[in-house]
Amino acid sequence: MSAYQQLVEELAPRKFSKAGVIWVIFLVVLIIAGVIAYIDQIVQGQVVTNMRDYALWGVYISNFVFFVATSFVGSMTAAILRLTNNSWRTPLVRIAEIIAFAAIIMAGITIVLDMGRPDRLYHLFINARLQSPITWDVIIITTYIAISFLILYLPLLPDLAILKKYYKDKPTLSKWYGKLSLNWTGSVAQRKIQNKTIQMVAVLIIPVALILQTIDAWLFSTTYRIGWDSTNFGPYFIAGAFLVGTGCLIATVYIIRKVYKLEKYITDFHFDRLGKMLVLAALIYTYFNINEYLLPYYTTPEAEAKHLHELYFGHYAGMFWFVTIGGLLLPVVVLLFKKGRAPKVLFWVSVVVVITSWWKRYLIVTPTLLEPFLPIQGVPESWRTYWPSLHEWLITFATLAGACLIITLLVRYLPVIPVERTALEKGIISNGKEEKS
Amino acid sequence: MKKEDPNKRRKFLSKGLQFGLVATAGGIALTKYLSEPAAAESEDTVELMTTDGTLVQVPKSELHDHSQAKDGYNVREGFPGKKFVMVIDLARCKNALKCQESCNKNHYITGDNAWLKVYKMQDSEAAAPYWMPTTCMHCDKPPCVTVCPVDATFKRKDGIVLIDNERCIGCRFCMAACPYSIRVFNWNEPEQPEEIKSMPPNPDYAGMPSIKGTVDKCDFCPHMIHQGELPHCVTACPNGVFFFGDKYEDTVTNGAETFRLSELLKNKAGYRLMESLGTEPSVYYLPPVNRVEPFEQGLEFYDEFNSVKKTKES
Repeated sequence: MSAYQQLVEELAPRKFSKAGVIWVIFLVVLIIAGVIAYIDQIVQGQVVTNMRDYALWGVYISNFVFFVATSFVGSMTAAILRLTNNSWRTPLVRIAEIIAFAAIIMAGITIVLDMGRPDRLYHLFINARLQSPITWDVIIITTYIAISFLILYLPLLPDLAILKKYYKDKPTLSKWYGKLSLNWTGSVAQRKIQNKTIQMVAVLIIPVALILQTIDAWLFSTTYRIGWDSTNFGPYFIAGAFLVGTGCLIATVYIIRKVYKLEKYITDFHFDRLGKMLVLAALIYTYFNINEYLLPYYTTPEAEAKHLHELYFGHYAGMFWFVTIGGLLLPVVVLLFKKGRAPKVLFWVSVVVVITSWWKRYLIVTPTLLEPFLPIQGVPESWRTYWPSLHEWLITFATLAGACLIITLLVRYLPVIPVERTALEKGIISNGKEEKS
Repeated sequence: MKKEDPNKRRKFLSKGLQFGLVATAGGIALTKYLSEPAAAESEDTVELMTTDGTLVQVPKSELHDHSQAKDGYNVREGFPGKKFVMVIDLARCKNALKCQESCNKNHYITGDNAWLKVYKMQDSEAAAPYWMPTTCMHCDKPPCVTVCPVDATFKRKDGIVLIDNERCIGCRFCMAACPYSIRVFNWNEPEQPEEIKSMPPNPDYAGMPSIKGTVDKCDFCPHMIHQGELPHCVTACPNGVFFFGDKYEDTVTNGAETFRLSELLKNKAGYRLMESLGTEPSVYYLPPVNRVEPFEQGLEFYDEFNSVKKTKES
């Protein structure tokens, strides 16, 4: 069993290194700064933001959309690869599930940060009106949080039991793992239930994830606004979520592999596969971008033409071409080549994809609001443009730090690569116990 | 100026008969009196305006309260049997901004964005410029109401769209949904006088008080209708631009003149803003043709970056 012990040793959670501690402190500082900024926002009102009656949504909303999109990665890898029996997914799924869980939690928090009256949050439940897309959002986000948790937690049970044994010399930790493992013994009956449940959740999470992205798109396309009023928006958002989710996954996997020295388990082969996934995502997203930004040029009413012109050549041109080239052209061109899918290159491409994806959402939210049907008159000149205030940046960075912190802590205490499953796949254990058929 | 206490509005109701449009007197009561004028001699009379705009003296005993059941008034239902409309005659508007001034003052607007705006418009280069006042359109298919997640903004049977500022969660989805950009948000604690701030919020009187973190907008002045008065903008306008009235009675008035709504819209080719969107506004416009005053006169008051004059001298 020494091979097995070595495997557990290698995959068991590890204490933070010095860099890890600094990283966590850094995140906590960012979060504290954000909390202070938020308290000030509560006290003073949202006047501390640079949002006003025209730019009535800003970076909070685009950041929210970014989180929602990122959370798509969980269902994509975990569910789709599971259901299609792609066994190369094994060392990647848990990381994907962790990212998805962190992202959807932060999405839920971020949307509350945008509310003028967070103290009245309960009205969303006691006075909910079913025809409002926000009500759909409340329902689908809570559902997705629950399902994301389940698809992360259920496959963890055997590993938690393994960790309970592994930490025998640390009774408190061991006790916690034991409790969390729900007394997993690996009996036939338990395995049967576990398999069935995971299968069910994996099937469930796919439609829920698609609905989540679609409703997110409908928040915009249920308005008359130029640039939002598009029947294309649902699939456009799904495709975008596929791209940013994969990008986030690759970047995170690369960092974790490096920090935990998991090269043995996460190989170049995995990166090659992930790279192909990213290319596919970028191509699909390119298709929808052409639908959204190029095609309207043929039949544009005046206002729409102005909107597009502002994006192509006007005020937002720099950002627009940055996200278009960095987020679409770059991954497609680089990753179509095998060398481009080498871990390091892929990592950097993914980082660019994630950053451009964040700005992409900013570009979806902001310009539209500043191009209303009636001209902007009778308000201070500063209301005609929008750029987030210091408060908004602090709060936004705090939410991003929050997501990173959730991921970091889960990676710290959970085996990021499924231990038992890897052991089974490698044939290290047949375990005396019956394997699933 | 005296502040009206909305709690006392029922008392005002009985006095609110001066104005025919919302008078509690129905047509039948009036007809009955008109056919028997002799009975009026010895009684207290009130002055009423008929639908063709003439004033008549009517004995109080001949007036019957129906429709406006005093006890039955529900702020979410509105005035029974009414459908309020507004007509804005662009030919008369010279951007005097008295409407805006009055609206700002009476609704205690302290932000930087007035609820009533007068836009400087020009539809195309070859066409003439004109001034276009906008209030809330009180759409019959209000996109703001559709998207509100908590039923804070609502459409009443009398056509008015209002906001319950004690329920609004400040998500601003209604603002995103409104194609007319008429909604404003209280980004900070409104700098209203203390006596206003301490009032119990009432959807019938928007801005009384305004509440931080919630949305405000033009309310079509139900608090004035309760008193049998016209909305502030209508009475304030020196040029008679704004007409207010009841669609069912087919009558609109600017205080001085009264018209049949249907005829006015027909004769003057009335239209609604962004009709193609299908929002069905309750506000009609009459095109800026045969202007009373030249457009340029309004330029004097035009301020591209201000719509709320700060009361404190600054």
